Amino acid sequence: MKIKIEKRLNTPRYLSLVVPVVSIFAALLIMFVILTIFFMGRIGSFQGAFSETVSAYKELITWPFFNQYGLYSTISKMVPLAFVALGLSFAYKMKIWNIGGEGQLYMGALAATWAALFVFRGITSPILLITLVAIFSAIAGALWALIPALMKAYAKTDEIVVTLMLNYVAIFWVDYLVYGPWRDPKGFGFPGTAAFPEPAMLPTFFDGNVHIGIFIAIAFAILLQYIDVKTQWGFNSRIVGDNKKAATYSGIKVKKYTIISLVVSGAIAGLGGGVQMMGMQHRLMHGFSPGYGYTAIIIAWLAKLNPIAVIFVSFLFGGLLVGNDQLQMFYKLPISLISIFQGLVLFCLLGGEAIAAYRLKIEKAEEVPANE
Amino acid sequence: MDDYPILEMKNIQKAFPGVLANDNISLEIRRGEVHALLGENGAGKTTLMNILFGIYHPDHGEILINGKKTFIHSPQDAINEKIGMVQQHFALVPSFTVAENVILGLKNFGFIIKTKQVEQQIKELGERYSLPVRPKARVWTLSVGERQRIEILKLLYTGANILILDEPTAVLTPQETRQLFSAIRKLVKEGSSVIFISHKLDEVLEISDRISVLRNGKNTGTLNREEVDRRTLVQRMVGRDVLMDQEKPKVEPGPVKIEVKDLTVKNDKGLTAVNNLSLEIHGGEILGIAGVAGNGQKELAEAIYGLRPIETGKIQMAGEDLHHRSIKKRIQSGLSFIPQDRKSIATCPNLSVMFNIFMKNTIPGLKKSSAWNIQIKQMHEKTRELIRNFSISTPSSKTRVRYLSGGNLQKVVLARELSSNPSVIIAEHPTRGLDIGAMEFVYQALLEEKKKGSAILLLAGELYEIFRLSDRVAVIYEGEVMGYTPPDPSYTEKIGFMMAGTREDSIHEN
Repeated sequence: MKIKIEKRLNTPRYLSLVVPVVSIFAALLIMFVILTIFFMGRIGSFQGAFSETVSAYKELITWPFFNQYGLYSTISKMVPLAFVALGLSFAYKMKIWNIGGEGQLYMGALAATWAALFVFRGITSPILLITLVAIFSAIAGALWALIPALMKAYAKTDEIVVTLMLNYVAIFWVDYLVYGPWRDPKGFGFPGTAAFPEPAMLPTFFDGNVHIGIFIAIAFAILLQYIDVKTQWGFNSRIVGDNKKAATYSGIKVKKYTIISLVVSGAIAGLGGGVQMMGMQHRLMHGFSPGYGYTAIIIAWLAKLNPIAVIFVSFLFGGLLVGNDQLQMFYKLPISLISIFQGLVLFCLLGGEAIAAYRLKIEKAEEVPANE
Repeated sequence: MDDYPILEMKNIQKAFPGVLANDNISLEIRRGEVHALLGENGAGKTTLMNILFGIYHPDHGEILINGKKTFIHSPQDAINEKIGMVQQHFALVPSFTVAENVILGLKNFGFIIKTKQVEQQIKELGERYSLPVRPKARVWTLSVGERQRIEILKLLYTGANILILDEPTAVLTPQETRQLFSAIRKLVKEGSSVIFISHKLDEVLEISDRISVLRNGKNTGTLNREEVDRRTLVQRMVGRDVLMDQEKPKVEPGPVKIEVKDLTVKNDKGLTAVNNLSLEIHGGEILGIAGVAGNGQKELAEAIYGLRPIETGKIQMAGEDLHHRSIKKRIQSGLSFIPQDRKSIATCPNLSVMFNIFMKNTIPGLKKSSAWNIQIKQMHEKTRELIRNFSISTPSSKTRVRYLSGGNLQKVVLARELSSNPSVIIAEHPTRGLDIGAMEFVYQALLEEKKKGSAILLLAGELYEIFRLSDRVAVIYEGEVMGYTPPDPSYTEKIGFMMAGTREDSIHEN
């Protein structure tokens, strides 16, 4: 008997499900150790720390996924995540690394606020106003992504750096507005704008606990999936993603594809910002996103850039965020532990993928192998 | 000890996912011989040598050196056993000098490097084996032939007496090849053994003492040089008789399909590569362009296809000017291009055979396919049909093409480029790196297109290929056509003159 490790020729389909699930479990396991150590510092005994960790984990899983109200929060939290992750995966398919989801989300929210509070102030028809606000937010996200897109297509700058830097520009721009000219005079000095008018709020269901943004996200996921597998665009984008020279040789205009993919990616993320404003926050606030744009990178990757999978993974991560809030509230955990956990998930996932490229082969040795 | 062969490999077996690269191969190398390993691409030559050099580990089998069983786990072990290998791709640091590169290959070069001493030794070694090098020259300034000599000297410096040369002549000019061969002869005279890997028959017949022919991972047997001729070797390599010289089909030339007028094109460095060049090709005609590589062939092909802007001049297809026409439009009007660099330009390595076949979206015969509703199932069906027609050996239409061998990859390119009923085909080195079987396939496919009435521009390095396919031969030198000859070996000398820059009208026939 001899066990050999060899590279896989084709990755079987079931692995694309098994790998993320196993990596999340691995991350949970490592996180368990970290949490236990953390609690030991607080409680002193190992036993106490262990049972505290177990109960924290129970809370982390039962509240967001098995409690009615927890579930509502999970669905609300997943919406911005899903939008940004859908946008990012659209660009990632072409190996265009848009790290600027956060900035595009912020710009979408900014434009939505501008539209709802200033530009279309008098409009009372909800359908019209919501549509206009949504279009504004999508355009803002698109324009924000157009900057790195043009720079990449015509000056060959690296889109990773430019999109990342633009995140800070967007965040500070919003901060300037909510601390300055747009601050609500009746807001007791709180850094936020006035509330959106009634017609600019998304309809809700489940007694007002969940807004319809989730359906918009699902509709977009289905549309993007269709584009990916059934259209010439999806077909060509894979060619551009794999070999740009071959794409040029095939008569595909690579510059056009680069620009469009980044712009569409930004538009979807921007729309996410608008939906978040109209559905959840109803006002633009300082730091309204706890890093949705960065978590979305992990989600896009976990979902293997598949739009439908993005929805499910966003649900999972929305639940994680909700669970984390619970832990923060009831277990007084610092927020940095949550960032550690997200980092662990990505880490395990990348490791898992590398391992999944190989397989174990067990064979009976006929002779004594030469290299033992 | 001396009764034993210097090296024996017994029952070597090595499997990669999906292929048995070495199937129970045994090989015996004697002291002081040049032993050729001959075989088509993918026959298992390089795998076998990588096992010997410790890069791969065999699944089964054993290696005996001087009759003693030896385990080679790494290249370092191999070097300790005095085995050295020159890979197809050299491992030299371009910014270092020759001597520094040699030192780099040593295991213990000590704390204080004795560069002077090494330089002296290299010079002596080089003179002894007629491998002249300048020890102080920086590697980036040297030609490919010189770099290869450094690689060989590196091995000799470490004391290797079994030298593996993996396709050493693939990158050399004829003169450099001759020099290499004389060095090899000196080496074996001094008692070294050389394993010479190649798929070029003439070279193998010239240099070897014994020849082992590998086919499909098996050793078909070791033969003495005196016992063999070209024909038997080919038979063993391919497993059947290959029709080496076949008649070209006679085709009545049609109207002019493509016309190039006073074309000037610049190369990547901004220098004129194609200089005021004119040519025309009729339907059903193959125009072969002969010339030393780098005389504007690549730029000519790319300019016609639209990958490279033109400075002045005109390109017309069926009377219509191609200027300002995008590549996509050119493809749609029936222009096919088989580029030399199939891996980096003509295919997407990580995508499936189907994607690569439909990369240009030009294969006719699909129903109800539109930009918003592409028919993946139909595309796979069509791909499977083409896989059969072009006898592409691949597990399925969904296999990533990076797993295909060079010949099969080229067949994928051919299947795509020739299934769109092209009216003009540019074929740039269509058989480079292919083995005899695949070469013959390419020839047949191109001749078939000629019969169908395509105009074919063939840019090839090997005159044999040009004679084999063309109806007319144009000789190119520094981007200009020096003259035309019929495709007949008796014109080789004249072509040679023109390749060196002499115009046809100034050659005086004796």
